[in-house]
Amino acid sequence: MNIVIIKYNAGNIESVNNALNRLGVNAEITADPEKIRNADKVIFPGVGEASTTMNYLKKHGLDKVIVSLKQPVLGICLGLQLMCSHSEENDVECLGIFEEKVKRFIPNPGEEFITKVPHMGWNSISNLKSSLFTKETENQYVYFVHSYYASIGEHTAATCNYIVPFSAALQKDNFYATQFHPEKSGTVGAKILENFLNI
Amino acid sequence: MLAKRIIPCLDIRNGQTVKGINFVNIQEVGDPVELGAKYAADGADELVFLDITATHEGRKTFVELVKRIAAHLNIPFTVGGGISELSDAEKLLSAGADKISINSSAVRNPKLIDDLALNFGSQFVVVAIDARGDEKNHWTVTVNGGRIPTEKELFSWAKEAEDRGAGEILFTSMNHDGTKNGFANEQLAQMADSLKIPIIASGGAGAKEHFTDVFTNGKADAGLAASIFHYNEIPIPELKSYLKENGIIVR
Repeated sequence: MNIVIIKYNAGNIESVNNALNRLGVNAEITADPEKIRNADKVIFPGVGEASTTMNYLKKHGLDKVIVSLKQPVLGICLGLQLMCSHSEENDVECLGIFEEKVKRFIPNPGEEFITKVPHMGWNSISNLKSSLFTKETENQYVYFVHSYYASIGEHTAATCNYIVPFSAALQKDNFYATQFHPEKSGTVGAKILENFLNI
Repeated sequence: MLAKRIIPCLDIRNGQTVKGINFVNIQEVGDPVELGAKYAADGADELVFLDITATHEGRKTFVELVKRIAAHLNIPFTVGGGISELSDAEKLLSAGADKISINSSAVRNPKLIDDLALNFGSQFVVVAIDARGDEKNHWTVTVNGGRIPTEKELFSWAKEAEDRGAGEILFTSMNHDGTKNGFANEQLAQMADSLKIPIIASGGAGAKEHFTDVFTNGKADAGLAASIFHYNEIPIPELKSYLKENGIIVR
């Protein structure tokens, strides 16, 4: 199986590659549109800021490549947010694969414990509706690090609750995305990556 | 609900995990990659690897070790020790570290926090603070493993670190470290009330109930410990079940 990880100015690309290696799979990390189009599976990871990353993708023509893909695509973290229609992070139009919008967490005042932003750590996912998930991933804990979230919408494939319920995963046709980091989510995350490889 | 985190800390010297009490009497306890993988399998939520090597050669060994850790570990990990400029952090980021922890270098050059946050994001920057309290409850920030007191005071320094862009504070009470009598819950709670970023409590873990205390009275987001895990005094699965039974949300 030919798996490509899209190379761009994001921080955690090697972590995703390491996680695939642990599953016995080798991926190619590339920004070459031809290689991306011809891959069996494409992974679009991301850590960073939305508007500078969107500009980077546009400058390198990767925005058009990503939306035109027909094979299974998995966006991770910022990857998920960039696949939505719009992000409040510096008010940027995104790829528009999912109609859901990306908003900033606003801490709840007046609670005994200050709700902290970013949402960082292990939280549980539920209402799973996608072939990314199987029975063993329902209500399990996965690892999140983010200050912005995709709202709940038609394409929500998993829900997490932090201040508000939000989309922990989205799916539309061949496009899959997780707000959490499956590559850092222990055996549950490995299972989710494996499920993606088996789609 | 967001789970409270249990974080084993591994001190690394020349590529080996070591453990001392009150930063002295150091002895080796095993291979960091093997030990890290074991903790991950046991249910550790995150790991911290601190390089306590003093030599240049040892530092290079540490970067190589971070690559091996990143390849084997399926949970997030923080690395610290000897990071004094952006290029040190960049090497560790490309080696696969999820976060870096800075301590003495941030005290000497607070702007390092701003620079790291700007370049790599706040989520990447943990500011570790070692502090010692006196009988008047004045907490002095110390550097070089607790050996050298500084001009800085714990709570104002923690706040400054947050304002400069730290993503988390790792607070070690030098009064509690190595005692196994429990965490500095009073100071931790005071810090939690004044900060908006997560706080990792360190120093003093010796019993399971110390963790329930630190998550309730201490208002901590994570509890860090070393020897109780290295010597298997409190196995992580046992600690997690205990916390669950006592109403603490854990993974």
